[in-house]
Amino acid sequence: MPRVSAWFVRASLVHLMAGFCIGAVLLAGKGIPLGFDPWSLRAVHIEMLLVGWMIQLVMGVAIWIFPRFVLHRAPQRSAVTAWLAFALLNAGVLLAGLGGSLLAAGRATEIGAAASFAVHLWGRVSPAGLSDI
Amino acid sequence: MPPLTRWYIKLAMVYLIAGLLIGALPPVLAVAGPAYVHLLVVGWITQMIFGVAYWMFPKYSAEVPRGGNAVAIATLVLLNVGLVLRVVVEPLRAWRPELLPGWLLAVAGFAQALAGIGFAVSTWPRVKVR
Repeated sequence: MPRVSAWFVRASLVHLMAGFCIGAVLLAGKGIPLGFDPWSLRAVHIEMLLVGWMIQLVMGVAIWIFPRFVLHRAPQRSAVTAWLAFALLNAGVLLAGLGGSLLAAGRATEIGAAASFAVHLWGRVSPAGLSDI
Repeated sequence: MPPLTRWYIKLAMVYLIAGLLIGALPPVLAVAGPAYVHLLVVGWITQMIFGVAYWMFPKYSAEVPRGGNAVAIATLVLLNVGLVLRVVVEPLRAWRPELLPGWLLAVAGFAQALAGIGFAVSTWPRVKVR
């Protein structure tokens, strides 16, 4: 798979592990006293698993498997938007996960990631395996 | 399709139906809200991803295309034991806390966390740049 896809997928695996571990703490806190309120971790749990794990994995795999025949546009241009999506998505998850005053910045960064990903993939959504990137 | 993937996908479909059934029964949903969400996002979506990734990701090696079987099987078992335990214990405790001990929820969470780590560790070497 392309290097950028590998980074997307590896980062999603890191989010999966961290998100599931946080989820285990949240679930344990419903049954046994932990000495602190784990409920404050709920937002970062959801953020890491919904955006960091699932959405990120889908993006990485899509960049990997969608048609990438180059006809008349430099492939590097397309790679830049994919890398930008990767950087913005992970920065967004971090900011939104920290919450508080950073939540809005995190959400805006995630929207930027989605837009960059869409710009990257749009031309690759084409019939017969041909695209204009 | 490898046998482990078939297990993942068939179990995922069972959780999908179970989750949607719970969602269609408001009295059950009232005490099983978190279980409903996790049946769908863990039992259906995540399990489907695990199964398809195990099947379709690049080969680990020519001799052992999907890596070691032990971790992969343990991941399937831990994910499902943890999820079923959660889906049973959490609503029952929400309804009547004295029915089941709370540490069962810790076990359910721990099992699912181990499954997540198991999947990540066994998939990581198959994420190859070429």
